[in-house]
Parts: sequence; C-alpha cells; structure tokens
Amino acid sequence: MAAEGNAATQSNQKSMCIIVTKGSLDWAYPPFILSTTAAAMGFNVTMFFTFYGLPLLFKKLDLQVTPLGNPAMKMPMMGMHMGMPNLAPVIPGVDAACSKMMKNLMKKKGVASIEDLREAAVDSDVRMIACQMTLDLFEYSLDDMIEGPELGGAATYVEAAAKSDINLFI
Amino acid sequence: MPDATLDAKGLNCPLPILKAKKALTNVPSGGTLEVLATDPGSVADFDAFCRTTGNELVESSADDGVYRFVIRSSA
Repeated sequence: MAAEGNAATQSNQKSMCIIVTKGSLDWAYPPFILSTTAAAMGFNVTMFFTFYGLPLLFKKLDLQVTPLGNPAMKMPMMGMHMGMPNLAPVIPGVDAACSKMMKNLMKKKGVASIEDLREAAVDSDVRMIACQMTLDLFEYSLDDMIEGPELGGAATYVEAAAKSDINLFI
Repeated sequence: MPDATLDAKGLNCPLPILKAKKALTNVPSGGTLEVLATDPGSVADFDAFCRTTGNELVESSADDGVYRFVIRSSA
C-alpha cells in the first residue's frame, strides 16, 4: 500500500487517522469499528499501530480482557449485571474465563470478531502503519503479521494526521 | 421492488453498514438497495451513512422489531 494513494493526494476525499495503542479484546474494537465504518463512508483511513496496539496486527490473535482495575466491566449473567472483586484476576484462569465469556456474548449479540473487522479494514484499503520503534523494542517481526501493514514512525503518522479531518488516539 | 435486498438481521454495529456498503457496489447507479436490520442503532446510522456518502435514504421504517431501509445508490 503506497502512501501516494492516501489522504495527501486526494483533496475532496475526507480522511481519518487513528493511533492504536491498546491490544486487549475490548480496546481493540473502537479503532477497527471506526476505521471500517469510515472507509465504508468513503473516508481515506490510516491506522498507526504502536505499543500494545501493535500485536493487533499479528496473524494469529488471541485477545484477552481483564476486569482488573476496571470496575465498570459488568457482564449480564443470570438476569443481572455481575462485576468481579478487583483482585479476582490474580487467580489463574479468571482472565481467560472472562475473555471467553465476553467472546461468547459478542457472538450471541451479532458483534463482529476483531479478526473479521480487521479483514474488512484490509479489504477496504485502510492504510496500516506498524510502529518501527515498537517492533524493535519488543523484538517483533513483520513476518509474524498480516499482509498489508507498512513500517513507519512518528513522522509518518504526523504527515498523515496533518492532512486528516479526524484524528483519534485510542 | 428494490434491485437488491440485504438481510442484516441479528447483526450489530457496524456490520449492517459495512455489509450495506458492500451490497451497494452491486447496485446500479439510481438503483435501490433494501436493508433489513434488527439493530436499533442502525436507524440513526443509516441516516448518517446516507447523508455522508450522498446516497439517498428513500425509506426508513420499522415493523415488529425489524427496521427496513431503502437506499438509492448515487454511485
């Protein structure tokens, strides 16, 4: 995906830039929902994946969610909304169970999987930039990632962001 | 009669919009796409989608929990 095809060169087309910094199951949704929707609405979309957002580009995803430090996370169960004591996730398996529960709930409610939304983003030519510094820092390799992302740094993002109508940090 | 119908019932945000956008590519310019959805959020979203993309929302109605949208393609 060449940079030339992006926001910069097309004056009429609106554009959106998102910095993706979080890689948990819940936080993976906003950037992928917004990027696919904006692309469907004719926007040129750029996603910049940095720090914990970068693993969202791995070929194989196994996203997890934790109730730790998140008192707002309450799931509908047995006719009520149930949260979890803040220290429960120290017990092995609690995060995995919560993640499974949330994935089941999403399936039941017709919410797309992150894998499907990501595929839709790739199909609609969303430009994806993988942060080179994060790649070096955590010793990741572009080989472990899906086809499509290019490598870039802060300047690459700033250039795209400067020409965008919408800029989000998630 | 619409030129095409998309059954998006049971799907949640943003899938009805994404699938509608895809389905619209197979509708000739001036033709219409009918979308059926159960997501209450789709009422506001199809409004916004059509305003932003220039497609015309010919009809937006609800019947027994099923929302029906008719979109005229401007492509």
